[in-house]
Amino acid sequence: MKVVLRNPRREVEVKGRRRVKDVLAELSIIPESVLVIRGDELVTADQVVGDDDVIELRPVMSGGSR
Amino acid sequence: MKCRKCGEPAAIELRRHNAAFCAPDFQEFFKKQVREAIRKHRMFEPGEQILVAVSGGKDSLALWDVLIDDGYRTSGLYLDLGIFDYSVESKAKCETFAAARGVPLIVSRVEEEVGAPVPVIQSVTRRPPCSGCGLSKRYLMNRVALEGGFPVVATGHNLDDEAATLFGSVMHWQMDALPRQSPALASTHPKLVRRVKPLYRLSERETAAYTIMRKIDYIVEECPFAKGATSIAHKEILTRMEEASPGAKHNFLFGFLEKARPAFEKAEGVTLNECARCGQVTTGTLCAFCKLSDQVKRSR
Repeated sequence: MKVVLRNPRREVEVKGRRRVKDVLAELSIIPESVLVIRGDELVTADQVVGDDDVIELRPVMSGGSR
Repeated sequence: MKCRKCGEPAAIELRRHNAAFCAPDFQEFFKKQVREAIRKHRMFEPGEQILVAVSGGKDSLALWDVLIDDGYRTSGLYLDLGIFDYSVESKAKCETFAAARGVPLIVSRVEEEVGAPVPVIQSVTRRPPCSGCGLSKRYLMNRVALEGGFPVVATGHNLDDEAATLFGSVMHWQMDALPRQSPALASTHPKLVRRVKPLYRLSERETAAYTIMRKIDYIVEECPFAKGATSIAHKEILTRMEEASPGAKHNFLFGFLEKARPAFEKAEGVTLNECARCGQVTTGTLCAFCKLSDQVKRSR
């Protein structure tokens, strides 16, 4: 599957069907720090994604002077 | 994973609430949290004109969306910080949002008000960029509100922002900052408007989810100056704690607000004066904004 990462925007390829939480673990991403988007819908960590999927890992942290 | 309310497939899991929600039920949960914040801290009076400070990011646009939807009379305030493409793009997000909903958007430019944009202020003051930026934002929000007759400014500060600020204050035992940290700051002077944070009960993951579900186009890119900011480092630490122990951030912030904050409130307040130059409120003779503006002008 194609995994889109942000800040800066880049793409990585992850092979094989697996749960979202396993994809995050493989990429060493803390689940609390992102939302996972497929199409224009959010997907939860227990959902299975496959080779044909494109998912975006949207970071949720913003900062600096607020 | 199923929605706690309707049993349909869930769109988001909220570990700190030991719950999951589908998109419609999550949005209802989100709005309820905002309403609870407003009710609990009496943030708004009926019919009041609210100035919503918007940055083009997820939090402030989510806040503005909920307030408009709930029938509040609002105007947006966008402060153009002059931070290269980041400011151009974030301003466009605010303009698109306001135009689509037919609500007014006020734009104030830091370059005009201070004499230079944030990147120049940083090089003149040789302080972290967030320092001059934060000072300018707080000052301008208050002044624009006063000039426009708004009794209250609402900002998009969320649970993570508040927990990170508290963490920073505690790390340095900033005894003056601790009593000032609150979801609602009353007006303590005729020239200081009330400041409220209706999203303080919601995490930034939740505000991001809300904007995505509502299809609100916000700026995902970070401010180029935020990289390396102490507040981000504190957020990362707290997020790791949250991952290990869901609810950690909530307990840290809410425990402070409910139990510890009263102990830090000073018996007697500071004396507030009006700045000799601009007339805005300060504890000294000349306010920090006018001093910053002087420093910028001297250097140019």
